[in-house]
Amino acid sequence: MHLKKVRVVKDALDANTTIAQANRADFDRAGVTVVNLMSAPGAGKTTLLERALAGLDSIAVGVLEGDVQGSFDADRLARLHIPVTQINTDPGFGGECHLDANMVRSAIPSLPLEEIDLLIIENVGNLVCPAEFKVGEDARVMVSSVTEGEDKPLKYPLMFRTCELVLVNKIDLLPHLDFDLEAFLRNVEAVNPEAQHMLVSARTGEGIEAWREWLIRTVARRGVPA
Amino acid sequence: MHELSLSAAIVDTAVKHAEGRQVRVVSLRIGRLRQVVPDSLEFYFGFVARDTVCEGARLEHTLVPARMRCPACSQEWELESPIFRCPSCSSTDITIVTGNEFEVESIDVEEEPCISRK
Repeated sequence: MHLKKVRVVKDALDANTTIAQANRADFDRAGVTVVNLMSAPGAGKTTLLERALAGLDSIAVGVLEGDVQGSFDADRLARLHIPVTQINTDPGFGGECHLDANMVRSAIPSLPLEEIDLLIIENVGNLVCPAEFKVGEDARVMVSSVTEGEDKPLKYPLMFRTCELVLVNKIDLLPHLDFDLEAFLRNVEAVNPEAQHMLVSARTGEGIEAWREWLIRTVARRGVPA
Repeated sequence: MHELSLSAAIVDTAVKHAEGRQVRVVSLRIGRLRQVVPDSLEFYFGFVARDTVCEGARLEHTLVPARMRCPACSQEWELESPIFRCPSCSSTDITIVTGNEFEVESIDVEEEPCISRK
């Protein structure tokens, strides 16, 4: 018996990428734009969605909720009378900390793709792992709240680099915090010069209209040649 | 924590290329821009590899530096902190040369010495 070195040189996440492409093809066929919404736990993803979707009549939206356990967020969004599908990432061997392409794939049959224009995938709250896994989305958006501190872009560069829009949430709290907004935006720009940002407060409603309009524009840009 | 999923992806890739042979070593290339903790990968790898041809295999890795290039002024440099801006001309339109890798580079497999006709 002897040892032989076999050259592989293969991206270990190829399988995930392939499944993400299959998801994307299904979404494209149905003409559905997909946004992957990510943040740390408690940054305000669900509340920002509730706020934006409540007044959004011009496009039909569905939500895919990823959580380790429970359906708290899905229950909140279902009150808006929009189709919500829940994925729990806890099938026994520890709850996964992110959604991957295969989890989203398994949810596709239960999504009303023919009835919606926009699918928002609310990822598991986590600033590290979700950034590594494509799920078949058209755009990535993250929420960073001002209570998290201005150093976060430098600490979690992969997440900030991978998103085209950063929603800076809880800005109603700025007067009570030492958070340095300018330094935060400088850090976002250093890590991802292409990223757009919006200052929002899910609590007061500030900036929600801009976030809603961004969603409408993102749906509209489908089919427009780049 | 996503190292569990990453370990599963590594085992899948290695098993596919092992074609039934027992795997002794799996060598990875991990780019500095990836948020992967090698120790954590090794820990999960040991569990995920059970009952596969990778059981008992050693996981080795090389860290690949984050090298950037500026197309505007041809400057090349290694990224020390996550500031994606050319140190020479300040352009933000820069190219990542290396640092995004997360690859199974090779596997060492056990093989019967070849005694057949040839």
